[in-house]
Amino acid sequence: MNKTVDWAALRKDFPILDQKVHGKPLVYFDNAATSQKPCAVIDALVHYYEHDNANVHRGIHELSNRATNAFEAARTRAAKFINAKSADEIIFVRGTTEGINLVASSWGTKNLKPGDVILLTEMEHHSNLVPWQLLAQKTGAKISYLPVTGDEGLLDLSKLDSLLTKQVKIFSMVHISNSLGTLNPVAELCARARELGIVTLVDGAQSAGHLPVDVQAIGCDFFAFSGHKICGPTGIGVLWGRQEILDAMPPYQGGGEMILTVGYDKTEFKHAPHRFEAGTPDISGPIGLHAAMDYLDAIGRENIWRHDQELAQYTYEKLSALRDVRLFGPKLNSANRAGLVSFLLKDVHAHDVVTLADQAGVALRGGHHCTQPLMHKLGVESTARASFYFYNTKAEVDRFVEVVKEIQKFFGQ
Amino acid sequence: MFDDVNDLYQQVILDHCKQPRNFHEMPDATRMAQGHNPLCGDNLKLFLTLDGDIIKDASFVGSGCCISKASASLLTDNIKGKTKAEAEKTFEQVRDMITTGVVNGDVGKLAVFAGVHKYPARVKCAILSWHALIGALKGEAKPVSTENEQT
Repeated sequence: MNKTVDWAALRKDFPILDQKVHGKPLVYFDNAATSQKPCAVIDALVHYYEHDNANVHRGIHELSNRATNAFEAARTRAAKFINAKSADEIIFVRGTTEGINLVASSWGTKNLKPGDVILLTEMEHHSNLVPWQLLAQKTGAKISYLPVTGDEGLLDLSKLDSLLTKQVKIFSMVHISNSLGTLNPVAELCARARELGIVTLVDGAQSAGHLPVDVQAIGCDFFAFSGHKICGPTGIGVLWGRQEILDAMPPYQGGGEMILTVGYDKTEFKHAPHRFEAGTPDISGPIGLHAAMDYLDAIGRENIWRHDQELAQYTYEKLSALRDVRLFGPKLNSANRAGLVSFLLKDVHAHDVVTLADQAGVALRGGHHCTQPLMHKLGVESTARASFYFYNTKAEVDRFVEVVKEIQKFFGQ
Repeated sequence: MFDDVNDLYQQVILDHCKQPRNFHEMPDATRMAQGHNPLCGDNLKLFLTLDGDIIKDASFVGSGCCISKASASLLTDNIKGKTKAEAEKTFEQVRDMITTGVVNGDVGKLAVFAGVHKYPARVKCAILSWHALIGALKGEAKPVSTENEQT
């Protein structure tokens, strides 16, 4: 582990981790679902509601000014977090799902026609599948998929040339797979798409808080992420889009805040990002997210990435030493493996694994991880998943592996 | 390590999940229903052979967790020879027991599922095959889902 970061001290910033579950110390390994929140984020929310709460943008009084300043400061901070050119490219949404829906609904409805193709990958979360299916039904466009190579969970790049046809108008891809832990070569994929004038979207739900993200270096047109997976509150997320694309997109929802003038017959809309933020927004959300982004960057996301990768490698190594364990995602020592490990025990259903692990204080996730088509492709209904963050430790992994062995014993293997 | 889960994973349940009874297709079944649990992707097919009002035979196939498999296995054992009305009554007893832990009347071996109510996330697993049974008795063509179960 990196010597310059005191990981044990950071863990103390998370009051929730210091508790027992079913009489055993909590081991929280469900970070891909949602992360825990440090005091810095909780305090920022409390401070806002205790001192600055007011509605934003239209107010003239002091509290409204403070709330507006804090809200817009969060936008500027989010731009810096992913190296966007300007804060005007940052749209606050409820999360990654809403970000993708916004693009599908606004950009997609305007730009797609029958015969066009939406290119996705086989490892997409339902949030990067269903909005496109709805759009395809509405516009007559078709969806094609870049295949995944079995349990190892890599994208089959040899199929890329034949799939990147003239008909493809948008290529939407996940940065890190939530069910396999694969880190995809998004910069390479976006570069190939750009040569053909194809618009690209990167689903950053699992990446934004786990490794340094530079949207200009990735070269995508849209990037979406969720606050709650990166130590921020639930209900807030970010959609980033290139200014010129955003300015050419019709509004997503109509209402207050997003207009210049409204008449009974005709309305003029603000420019991006306000055009896409109708109604009173989530104000405390961006403020909490601001604190989360400051917190993560004080640690350094390159350090977090190294820490999480080490834990995942360690876990993979320990689990592969056991008999009757099927592991998913990139192999040991692959640089493409992010901080999570999906697995199955022979003849034991993932839900039974998760129920028993819970009794031992270990919080895992079991199920299809909102990637049902991928599960079908791999020939399973579900997997169990341990997903890590920087406050997790090797000692916790050791405990988890002991619990897995006991689960195998319990089911008589 | 797992002493506390014995009320969920009772010996009878472990036995039926490892060696499910009546676990096969039934080509000459007169009724069939599919059960689906969207939460975990579990799927099962339940087959019945009705002779008038009597359930002469029952079997199932599918994949699922220990609880759902054991539940389907014990269900098929339990309902053989029952009338439709008796099976429906058993469904109601089992549903109440699984959701509240209270056993009304004699449910025989099925009483091993009384502990499931303490594990809200697992109630749907235990009740899936019973919904499929009601679907099969009604002759429903659409797969039944646990999605509307109040837990």
